[in-house]
Amino acid sequence: MGVVHVTDQNFEKEVLQSDIPVLVDFWAAWCGPCRAIAPIIEELAEEYAGKLKVCKMNVDENPITPGKFGIRAIPTLIFFKNGQPVDMITGAVAKSTIENVIQRLLSS
Amino acid sequence: MAETHDLVIIGGGPAGLTAYLYAARARLDCVLVEKTSPGGQVLVTDLVENYPGFPEPLSGFELMDRFVAQVKKLGLQTISGEVVRLEIEGERKKIVFDDGRVLQAQAVIIATGARPNRLGVPGEEEFLGKGVSYCATCDGPFFRDQEVAVVGGGNTAVQEAIFLTKFAKRVYLIHRRDQLRAQKILQERALANEKITILWNRVVEEIFGQDQVEGVRLKNVKTGETETLKVQGVFIFVGISPQSEFVRGILPLDERGFIITDCEMRTEVPGVFAAGDVRAKACRQIVTAAGDGATAAFMAEHYLSQK
Repeated sequence: MGVVHVTDQNFEKEVLQSDIPVLVDFWAAWCGPCRAIAPIIEELAEEYAGKLKVCKMNVDENPITPGKFGIRAIPTLIFFKNGQPVDMITGAVAKSTIENVIQRLLSS
Repeated sequence: MAETHDLVIIGGGPAGLTAYLYAARARLDCVLVEKTSPGGQVLVTDLVENYPGFPEPLSGFELMDRFVAQVKKLGLQTISGEVVRLEIEGERKKIVFDDGRVLQAQAVIIATGARPNRLGVPGEEEFLGKGVSYCATCDGPFFRDQEVAVVGGGNTAVQEAIFLTKFAKRVYLIHRRDQLRAQKILQERALANEKITILWNRVVEEIFGQDQVEGVRLKNVKTGETETLKVQGVFIFVGISPQSEFVRGILPLDERGFIITDCEMRTEVPGVFAAGDVRAKACRQIVTAAGDGATAAFMAEHYLSQK
């Protein structure tokens, strides 16, 4: 299914009301480390298709949602389950670190 | 049988990418291992003004995009993953990943770079991403019209303090000494910038707040007096530490963990080279990392041809 680009307008529907767990990557074009993890986010979207919905939100174009979650650093990855944020990673990390959180999310 | 190559380069910053450039042009069978994607620490640099050949400053990721584009022309092969161990079995080297994968190589260039140091004060971990940052270019825009502290006195601290004045209404530069270590050109700019207030002879003792950073407690190292400073952000640039844990006990390191080499990038183990910020040396710049990478690849080629 690939990465879904979400906005302040469809965040509720795409993320909070999703039937499956969701990973949201908050990013911006100015952010080098966001670029560094972008290919990993794309890979995860393919590899966990059907089990995990992988979304990206541009914080420049969508100020409301990052504000709600108190985001003051990017990249920030927030993991949602049943409409609730359950885990968070700040900064660019290795794929295996993200996958550990995904495994925990999917098995809980 | 593990995947085997003549040369494995670990790390995709300026040193690793330059090593790849030279290795690929020498037609070595070579792969580059990177834990996220190529770029390294330079990705967080707002403007690179000291890389020769680029008279107009460019952003760190623009420069790294060019490094990557150049090696892609030579068919860059990358493997994604985090290396946790290097094993030396005579002439054969094994690179072990965190998920158990193993790569074999005859020669290895370690170019894993460094990461920013933590201050090691209460509140630092707790408020990471909630006002505490190690990347001004990533997080600076979240502090528009707010007041922030920058901790440190070296090149990075001063350059990032200047960068943050684009967003913050006041930047406090907190330094433990009474003079800056940064290059003179950066010092001149910081001193001339009306939005920057330098607080000399002070160390941060605590970062405090409720859900987000609300301030820092400072101690004056000359007088012993403490004071609080209300800021919404704390940007920490107090040096770097090498990413060399995976070779601890295998290669000689200096007291801070940097890999010791000779001037041709050779470590104590034949066929294992180190290049860039992870190496023990005095000057850590993009241009010196690139130079190290070229030398390491040249020496790796020489090593492989002697076998």
